[in-house]
Amino acid sequence: MARLVILGAGVAGHTAASFAAKWLGSKHEVVVVTPNSKWNWIPSNIWVGVGEMSKEEVTFDLAPVYKKAGVIYKQAKAVSINPEGSESIENPFVSIEYTGQNKVGEVEELEYDYLINATGPKLNFGATPGLGEGTVMGEHTVSVCTADHAVHAAHELQECIKKMKAGEEQTFLIGTGHGMCTCQGAAFEYIFNIEHKLKEEGVRDKAKLIWISNESFLGDFGMGGLHFKVGGFVTSSKVFAESLYAERGLDWIIGAHVNKVEAGKVTYETLDGATDTQEFDFAMLIPPFAGVGMKAYGKDGSDITDTVFAPNGMMKVDANYNAGSYENWKASDWPKTLQNPTYKNIFAAGIAFAPPHPISKPMTTPNGTPITPTPPRTGMPSAMMGKAVTQSIVDMINGASEPTHTSCMAEMGAACVASAGKGLFSGTAAAMTVYPIVPNFDKYPGTGRDLSNTTGEIGLAAHWVKHLLHHAFIWKAKLKPGWALIPE
Amino acid sequence: MAQEHVKHVEPYTPQFGTMIPSSFQKFLRTCVVWQLFRFVMINIKMTSLILKSHH
Repeated sequence: MARLVILGAGVAGHTAASFAAKWLGSKHEVVVVTPNSKWNWIPSNIWVGVGEMSKEEVTFDLAPVYKKAGVIYKQAKAVSINPEGSESIENPFVSIEYTGQNKVGEVEELEYDYLINATGPKLNFGATPGLGEGTVMGEHTVSVCTADHAVHAAHELQECIKKMKAGEEQTFLIGTGHGMCTCQGAAFEYIFNIEHKLKEEGVRDKAKLIWISNESFLGDFGMGGLHFKVGGFVTSSKVFAESLYAERGLDWIIGAHVNKVEAGKVTYETLDGATDTQEFDFAMLIPPFAGVGMKAYGKDGSDITDTVFAPNGMMKVDANYNAGSYENWKASDWPKTLQNPTYKNIFAAGIAFAPPHPISKPMTTPNGTPITPTPPRTGMPSAMMGKAVTQSIVDMINGASEPTHTSCMAEMGAACVASAGKGLFSGTAAAMTVYPIVPNFDKYPGTGRDLSNTTGEIGLAAHWVKHLLHHAFIWKAKLKPGWALIPE
Repeated sequence: MAQEHVKHVEPYTPQFGTMIPSSFQKFLRTCVVWQLFRFVMINIKMTSLILKSHH
């Protein structure tokens, strides 16, 4: 009997656990280690953040779902990995520390045959003074990164709406809280939902909405932008995004590294080296992501963290980490099997794997401050990675000598639906598809992407797609009948 | 010719350099019949994308 341990129960980890339990059955053990007691459909946190949905509608308890699936669930955080075992334990193991199940603080050494690292990110609020301390959000801004954060954001938004109804003007600042952030798409969707909400409440004329982002141009999205066919032209996402912002009366500050947050004010540096400030009444700034800070130890107890993890704390996989400067980057730098090159029974999926480099061109201010979006790998790519590494591990448990499936961001597409409002017939959404996520200029000369599968449009249909995705993915995550038929 | 759908855009601002949707384009965005067709097309496109992405 083999034991597969999965660290994390987000989109990647939960997908991996669900399929592992289905394919391995009771002959093998599937163990999930996650510090959280609930699963969260994070894309819908945007609707929670404007008060259109409750926390309960986007979360559910993991324990009963895993019990039904035959998955062993440990509510704990992974602290370190011993991929060679230790002097007292022969097999590889993970040290975990319980955060629930009436065992808070208890430590356990959990042996494994195969390990999937799908921990997701550490929300690194502490990277920007004033944005927060460590992983804890500060008091000056709000966030939609977790369901609890989104509930808090909705409350603060309501306070602003009350003030506007009383005649006060309010400034909303939405975007990224550091020069090295990813997840611009979430902030992009949030600013449009706020704008829609303010219109519904009849106070749009009292609000100034400002976008602040580390993208060097609007519509970069951490993917170096994209192109699609619109009105007889192949159009850049820059034109598409700027049109959306202008139509809705949003101002934008781009190429910005927020270096300090104070009560009602951010200080930021832009790519031209200038420093400026922006006042706000309400700010939702996405923090940068980092690895969760796991350590790794050799059999003799020596620290081998550098062998297993990249300096940012993400796990090393089969990527080319020596690609050098932007001019030398190739689609083939991106990992395929997501297998750790040193320890072949360890895989990483979702945000937990270390990308070889950004997708967007790295930029630095004259003062030496790097301002570069990091690659997006949440949502659909995470789920596909979780499934692919599980397929490989299942085949390896059954005798394959190496991974049998790949999930490469240079060979995979992504769909992004950014809503504006929640009603079925009010508001619209932008639906974008991109293939591949990492541009491949050798295969697709010109824009680097397949133009028949890279698209963008605005309308009610995209809005319905967003609703469909919300219900379909929560159904799938709850492992309700037919869940495996719903594609990642 | 009336252009009520185009709000005033201040010259020499970033907003002045962007595309502005026509009134017909805006109509299509909320035309239920057209959007039902687009809903089907977006789903076909996304399914095709997913099928191309699994290896």
